[in-house]
Amino acid sequence: MKAIISFELYKIFRRPRTYIAFGAIAALIVVIQFGLKVDGQSYAAFLMKDINDTLTVDGKVLNGYLICYILLQLLLVHVPLLVALIAADMISGEANLGTLRLLFSTPFTRTQWVLGKFIAASIYTIVLLIWLAFLALFVSMWVFGTDDLFLMKSNYVVLIQEKDVLWRYVGAFVFASFSLLTVTALGFLMSSMANNSIGPIVGTMSAIVFFTILSTLNIPLFSIIKPYLFTTHMNNWKEFFDIQVNEDNEAIAGSILNIAKIKNSLLVLSAHIILFVTVAVYITKKKDILS
Amino acid sequence: MSVIHVNNVSKHFGALKAVDGLSFEVQEGQVFGFLGQNGSGKSTTIRMLLSLIHPTSGNIEIFGHSIQDNRNEVLEEIGAIIERPDLYPYLSAKEHLQLFAKLRSKKIKPNAIEDTLRKVGLLDRSKDKVQTFSLGMKQRLGIGIALLHNPSLIILDEPTNGLDPQGISDIRNLIQYLAKEEGKTILVSSHILSEIEQMASHILILHKGKKLADGPIQTMLDPNKMIVHLTTTNDEQALQVILAGSYSNYLLKRTEGIYLSLPHFEIPLLNQFLVNAGVGLISVESRNSLEDYFLQLTSNSN
Repeated sequence: MKAIISFELYKIFRRPRTYIAFGAIAALIVVIQFGLKVDGQSYAAFLMKDINDTLTVDGKVLNGYLICYILLQLLLVHVPLLVALIAADMISGEANLGTLRLLFSTPFTRTQWVLGKFIAASIYTIVLLIWLAFLALFVSMWVFGTDDLFLMKSNYVVLIQEKDVLWRYVGAFVFASFSLLTVTALGFLMSSMANNSIGPIVGTMSAIVFFTILSTLNIPLFSIIKPYLFTTHMNNWKEFFDIQVNEDNEAIAGSILNIAKIKNSLLVLSAHIILFVTVAVYITKKKDILS
Repeated sequence: MSVIHVNNVSKHFGALKAVDGLSFEVQEGQVFGFLGQNGSGKSTTIRMLLSLIHPTSGNIEIFGHSIQDNRNEVLEEIGAIIERPDLYPYLSAKEHLQLFAKLRSKKIKPNAIEDTLRKVGLLDRSKDKVQTFSLGMKQRLGIGIALLHNPSLIILDEPTNGLDPQGISDIRNLIQYLAKEEGKTILVSSHILSEIEQMASHILILHKGKKLADGPIQTMLDPNKMIVHLTTTNDEQALQVILAGSYSNYLLKRTEGIYLSLPHFEIPLLNQFLVNAGVGLISVESRNSLEDYFLQLTSNSN
């Protein structure tokens, strides 16, 4: 298995297509950071306009932590599409290239190949997420400095002390890795069913868009299935930034408002990962390699 | 010792019987030629040998082990190229060999990669990406990957595809060297029958998924039985005369020309017969090649 993972990782990181996602993320983050650096105060004033009359905020609102939160909100919707580019190509791309028969005639079972490829694709996904974290969090902290994190929710505001923020980002990125691994597994499943890359890539992206729409639609009919859709849970990294308050409405440092929701989401996402990969293994084992 | 034992294997794709009740054996040290027209089931059979396709029925044993039950152990001792030489365009020849070396549990000697590159004539292009390679160079690299781990059984599906005459000759010499000097068992399929004739010690002819014949190449090319191509003053009349008489049993079905398969002592009698019927014989071209034998078998089965 180790040999397969190292074989697959070598190929992933030698392929020019791999770096499209890294480049796209870097370009987006740098552009947004540049915009906020140049004209960030106007943006912050716009955010605060509704509460300026009732609340006085001291310190640096537009700090690295807030920039990272803004970036994650924007990017974690789009990163799955970049992940699909690689994951959905892992099996079907080999079938299209004709190299699948070369791999499947080596002394490893197809189950080993599928699992090895999935682990390699997962490592790629994690590396992409680390790259995102580095640019969105650490570069923002360096460029914009740090202070308390002030977040505007739909009908309340959250103020998290500076020393209480960093671990929440660690938690959020770990959670995001589960979300992205679910996309990786979905792309993988699609990949096992086709002999060319385009179909699985488009299929994965379409599935994400389709289920995201179902997850956000407030129609009673869909409410029954919503809790079981992976897209309902993918954005719950934000729960790390909802904090408990005491009787005096003061934030309790180190607390999370709804930890059960995070646990439930991780469970649903993990179940999806296992289901998608298991079906991908079954399909790959059963199929004749005719490409 | 039997290296490959295929017992009553069939593969159906829906209603299509790609391989139908095929049985054959390949003995250790043989160069076994696998012949058949396009769509005859050669590649399907080879893919079943490599467990890329699951047989609908029947058993395949390689080195005495069932390929279904002992897949990994069996594949450890096989090197194969299947149809086109499909490789990773963004990797170099050397990277390909280094990567595939990692997939073998057998210890590969440190200089094996360089030796293999030299053996297939790619040493000077080892660092170039495969996307810059010609089809022939890709084919040679594919053969290199198949040979890298020093397998006992080598399966080559159309190995001379895309090669220039020098390349074809090199591959032929390599196959003969591997069989004679290194004692490898080689199963080679090709649509170039003359190539098989020069390389193989045994052949199997497959047609529409069924075996038409197999055995040592010498016994198949019976020197007492010749295939003759007649050129006459009136081919149409000659054909009618032959069909009406006792020579009709010797007639081979061909789309063009008049071909008969008959003992060599019959040739003067045939000449006399045609002359008596008023057909002048311009030439009798006799052949005794694998191609003729192959065409004879396949045309008769049609």
